Amino acid sequence: MKIDRRCFLSLGIGATAGTALSPLPWKLMDDISIWSQNWPWTPVPPDGEISYTDSTCTLCPGGCGITVRKIDNRVVKIEGRKNHPVNNGGICVLGLSGPQLLYGPTRVQSPMKNVNGTFQKITWNQALSEITEKLLTIRAEGRSHTVAGIAGSSRGTVPALLQRFLTAYGSPNFYCQSSIEDSFSLSHIQPQNNKTIPGFDLENADYVLSFGTGIMDGWGSPLRMIQAGNAWKTGKTKLIQVEPRLSDTAAKSDEWLPSKPGTEAILALGIAHVILLESLYDQTAINYHSEGFSTWRTAVLAHYHPDKVAEITGIDSRTIITVGREFGHAERPVAIFGRGKGNTPLSLTEMSAVHALNVLVGNVNKTGGVFTLPEPNYISWPEISLDTKAETGLQTKQIAEGGLLHRLPSAIKEAEDSVTLLFVADANPCYTLTDTKEVIRAFKKIPFKVSFSSYMDETATLSDLILPNHSYLERYEDVPVTSGLRNPLIGFTKPIVNPLFQTKHTGDVIISIARAMKGSIGSSFPWENYLQCLKNGLGQHWNPLINNDVVEIKYVPEFEDIPRFAFQIPNDKPQVLLEGNENNMNLTLIPSDSLRLSSGYIGAPPFMMKTLPDTILTDNNTIIQIHPKTAEKLGLRQGCYAILKTPKDEKKVKIHLSQGIGEDIISFPRGLGHTAYDRYLAGKGINFNELIGPVEDTFSGLDVAWGIRASLIKA
Amino acid sequence: MSTVDDKANEIEPFDNKAESTSVNNGNGIAGFTILFFIIGFTASLFIGWIVFPKLLYSKKKQPLDFNHEMHMTLVKNGCESCHFFREDGTYSGVPKLAQCIDCHQEVQGDTGNEALFVEKYVSKGKEVPWLIYSRQPDCVFFSHAAHIKLAKMDCETCHGHIGQSTSLKPYEYNLITGYSRDIWGKNPKNYLGLKTNTYDRMKMNDCAACHMEETGRKSSVSTEKDGCFVCHK
Ligand code: SF4
Repeated sequence: MKIDRRCFLSLGIGATAGTALSPLPWKLMDDISIWSQNWPWTPVPPDGEISYTDSTCTLCPGGCGITVRKIDNRVVKIEGRKNHPVNNGGICVLGLSGPQLLYGPTRVQSPMKNVNGTFQKITWNQALSEITEKLLTIRAEGRSHTVAGIAGSSRGTVPALLQRFLTAYGSPNFYCQSSIEDSFSLSHIQPQNNKTIPGFDLENADYVLSFGTGIMDGWGSPLRMIQAGNAWKTGKTKLIQVEPRLSDTAAKSDEWLPSKPGTEAILALGIAHVILLESLYDQTAINYHSEGFSTWRTAVLAHYHPDKVAEITGIDSRTIITVGREFGHAERPVAIFGRGKGNTPLSLTEMSAVHALNVLVGNVNKTGGVFTLPEPNYISWPEISLDTKAETGLQTKQIAEGGLLHRLPSAIKEAEDSVTLLFVADANPCYTLTDTKEVIRAFKKIPFKVSFSSYMDETATLSDLILPNHSYLERYEDVPVTSGLRNPLIGFTKPIVNPLFQTKHTGDVIISIARAMKGSIGSSFPWENYLQCLKNGLGQHWNPLINNDVVEIKYVPEFEDIPRFAFQIPNDKPQVLLEGNENNMNLTLIPSDSLRLSSGYIGAPPFMMKTLPDTILTDNNTIIQIHPKTAEKLGLRQGCYAILKTPKDEKKVKIHLSQGIGEDIISFPRGLGHTAYDRYLAGKGINFNELIGPVEDTFSGLDVAWGIRASLIKA
Repeated sequence: MSTVDDKANEIEPFDNKAESTSVNNGNGIAGFTILFFIIGFTASLFIGWIVFPKLLYSKKKQPLDFNHEMHMTLVKNGCESCHFFREDGTYSGVPKLAQCIDCHQEVQGDTGNEALFVEKYVSKGKEVPWLIYSRQPDCVFFSHAAHIKLAKMDCETCHGHIGQSTSLKPYEYNLITGYSRDIWGKNPKNYLGLKTNTYDRMKMNDCAACHMEETGRKSSVSTEKDGCFVCHK
């Protein structure tokens, strides 16, 4: 008897049969499949109680209502708030990405001090006493006017607190970014020295003539615009889009008029010519709402014949005549202005030329038209007390003439120590201001910079001290919204979660600094904390806001309130000239705005970056769009690299050929090229603002640059 | 020289020998072969049914012991007193500290476990890291409301008589999946799909079988749909 190979084979067969009849293989298979579907390293959000809280989004000027979904104490989703007057349930990709701004790596988690280029954590006590001491020293030296402040907006209690602080301290140097609202206001004659803001009743218009306005690309309050735009489709409202680029708005319009860039004012005057010639204007309304009509009429009829306009703008004269007639005959026509997202001011000439169309057809302060709204001044605080030091300081001239922020960098460079201390709140000038490199250079010259940013943005990175604000999901604050709404409103944010980090409300910081300085400055801030100050400032609005998060400021125009539009006789060249020499830079560079890119002071969160198509960004390269004929002239191909040169800078870009852009024009995505924030945003593409510089409007001094001359050479 | 026939004759005895050897050995080898088969068969059955389940699971102690039976005598609303439905209809599951604190802000009785609970968790405001016997994967959607409120099922049907237990059994978990042993159940016959009580095993086949029995459909009553996506969202 011998144990041989067959025995072992038999053992194996027995073992296999036994195993097959045991749970081992089947259970193992099942377990492995369960394991492979639930990798232990896949993060699983903890379960808990679901709750919804309403608040307001502050990530762009849109002012949408949001409903935040939480599981226990963790924010998991932001949805659009149903029945909100702005967005009625809608939400954009930036608003949706809000939780990433709350929990993401870009948050500044405690006060930070820049020590030789590296940030070190300090306590709030250290931070506040350092800043208070500095402010006291500067004031004692009689240089209070050298302290300046930049805020993201001119409205709301936080910018107002910063301005109030500077005033009580003795500095006239409070600045914020200009907008098309400034251009609109300047084109009117005010009964008093008030500001007039435009409100568009777009939901009721039946013919919309848009001069480059990014209705679907983030203009004004982006979701309200998209919803209005979608309603036009069903309600048979006609949208005419004048724009050199086939933007999302142009693609959705009924007619796209691809005018040459910068010729919008001339086209508007050509259309006005048709309306005047065919007497399609409303003389009574003109008498009511404007001044200087007859001389303007003569000038337009003399110089803006459609044939001539067609030559300059590239839009066929028959189209101009048709649009003029349609606009003149429409029941509720409206002409809308502000290129792209509408964040940059327009020249007074362009503003006047476009808005003149509204005045001509008499749709001012009428259903479906443009409303001239008063500035929503709703904050009611006690008077500021000023001591002699404050009064002397306030008598000095503003460092940037006319209070225009874009003038500040050059003013700083010209006069050493003109700004010794700068506060920056809810703004990121080292990214958003044009000619960014020069802005950064000027910024670095300021001996002490204080940022209130919640995020490690470009300005915060270059600051000496960061006093981080709570994120918008952790704080109370009023959110004034104008953004072209028919009725301005006050939104309200409230803490959805307790502050995650060692942050402090900017309002509280300003109040504590002021109170620590005592004297008239301290007494100008009689509140214990920001919440008390907010409640006091909002007065009658407090209760509705705390209960409903939004108050509409309904405005029914009274005749005597209405500011009168001043018809401006267009000069020889109503176009804003481009910077650069036409001989060696014969292309025109224009920005392109998109809802998928945030170009304001809030950088795009990772979700948003993931939505970018490869016609905007690939492999961290900015993609520019040019017409195939332009490419042919320059010897460029689809997907090749080129050096883009403007009078301000030169950058390497990738080429995308598109029929959706006119010849000799370069379309460049705005909102890329961050150097700060986190690794999901930094180092991706190029910042458009670095390639362009401010161009001042001769009348208003506002920075009205809409593009720049450029050249492209194969890399 | 030999003829062809001679050769044949010469070979024959050899062949016969070979044949007889093979027959002789055949009896021995067949016995061994069968023996080895049986050894392999029984050993693997033993490993598969007895050793493998032992190796597959590991045990952990709950952070605290808990007496369900005693609590049941103190509360008014049965299981739902602590395992309640929230206002929006979602199910709260294992109670959070916030609910326990209602009664246990201070030590009430004289059990060591309660004193430990108050000292380690209540006074520090820390949640108890309970190990959950019925935890489901994140990819499974299960609505308690549909089963308890609409279908009027008892908690016991799926969870057994936990309400009558005086202490918590050790938490046994699968070393591969990390999930509790209660899903497959403990009794080896559960593997064959033979179970005595409804709650002996709670795999998805058991859900489907119960649905089939009660409603004639394999899965959702409300959506009237069969298919993976009813539960796997
Ligand atoms: S449009 Fe602006 S305000 Fe509205 S959700 Fe988007 S980012 Fe927020």
